[in-house]
Amino acid sequence: MIPPQFEYYAPVSVDDAIQLLDRFGGDAKVLAGGQSLLPVMKLRLAEPRALVDINRIPNLSYIREEGDHLKIGTLTRTNDLNDSELIRARYPIFSDAASVIADPLVRNMGTVGGNVSHGDPANDLPACMLALGAVFLAKGPKGTRTIPAEEFYVDTFTTALEPNEIMVEIQVPKALMGQGTAYVKLEKRAGDFPIVGVAASLLEAKGKVEGAGIGLTAVGSTVLKAREAEAGLVGRAPDEAAFRGAADLARSASHPVSDLRGPAEYKKAMVAVLTVRALRRAHERARGGA
Amino acid sequence: MALAESPMEAEEEARFAPLYKVTAKVNGTPRTAEVEARTLLVHFLRENLGLTGTHIGCDTTNCGACAVLLDGKAVKSCTILAVQADGRDVMTVEGLEKDGKLHAIQEGFHEEHGLQCGFCTPGMMMTSVAFLSKHSNPTEGDIRHAIAGNLCRCTGYLNIIKSVQYAARKMRESKGGGSA
Repeated sequence: MIPPQFEYYAPVSVDDAIQLLDRFGGDAKVLAGGQSLLPVMKLRLAEPRALVDINRIPNLSYIREEGDHLKIGTLTRTNDLNDSELIRARYPIFSDAASVIADPLVRNMGTVGGNVSHGDPANDLPACMLALGAVFLAKGPKGTRTIPAEEFYVDTFTTALEPNEIMVEIQVPKALMGQGTAYVKLEKRAGDFPIVGVAASLLEAKGKVEGAGIGLTAVGSTVLKAREAEAGLVGRAPDEAAFRGAADLARSASHPVSDLRGPAEYKKAMVAVLTVRALRRAHERARGGA
Repeated sequence: MALAESPMEAEEEARFAPLYKVTAKVNGTPRTAEVEARTLLVHFLRENLGLTGTHIGCDTTNCGACAVLLDGKAVKSCTILAVQADGRDVMTVEGLEKDGKLHAIQEGFHEEHGLQCGFCTPGMMMTSVAFLSKHSNPTEGDIRHAIAGNLCRCTGYLNIIKSVQYAARKMRESKGGGSA
């Protein structure tokens, strides 16, 4: 299969890229890793008039801590998360997720910015961003604005990003002492989209949960933030009873549909199971375990 | 250009699709062709350059038969545009053999019977070469994870893994031993 005709542009600056997107007024798509975009173009599910390839723009690929944030450049490849010592040591939730996104070859091309901004509720990184309270930097003709992850996902393949904006950076609050994070994914076979995925973050101090974040993958029209489950954990001891309580609330917050990956009821049950597992692992890591 | 209204216009449009000049260093040699923007890297390699060692399997980013190295990293050439490879290094299965001498991975697949029908083999070898350049002494588990994006419909994975292990050994020996 060959995609339909399109005009191809490879600008070397973000500003030039934005100008191009603006000129095509919503009829152009940004080409980052292309691992989702090119397959949907081959299937004619997307037929943009133009592609704006941002891969020739310098300085969009980095992972670094700066100020109060972990900053990830939009063109950072998924496998770069796996290879990063900083990520492994301080943000293991991203190692968990990056090692189960598609397969190693796809991860060599696929980008963090693309995974996060595609708006596919079955992508793995968005739930992590919700659990961690990340914000996204979007640049457009009017300048740069920040969009909190929890306001970003509007509907399936629909995000708060305007057609003439490019997500340039992902900012995650810097990991704190006593914080543990994890992502757990259930898949039918290696490299598949998830049946269910759960991202969890726990901030613990003096035997109590001080802050919690839970994001759910593939169980709604967007990724979901399990707010009641998060709130229910705060102030409690991080134990099995608390985790099971949160799991029940996360299950209630999920709205999966029945499909080839399983009936809705099964997926809801798995949300509960995976929430407990993710919280357990986050808790172990908060206490300094791997 | 506007979307075509009729088959006739579609034909016109296809005939006058703008061509983009792509020059990539393929197996060490600069190669140039003029292609449409929508031309996939795998078609550029097979049809424009005649390098048919790279296979088209599923064409849906699943099977990995089309794997090549782009700037040293294994990627699926059915899911990359040829224009994206402009100015970059591409290595295909044809680039493995040097001066009539097989690469260690080719020798491994030969010695350990790493292929049955052989269709997945070019992709398996390219993925393995990139993997072995970073992991000289992998465990079986490491290898299984490394080839998770390459499917063998003959299900000959056991011998494929042995082939990669053979190559790893061979490459370590030729570097003067050591177990790192």
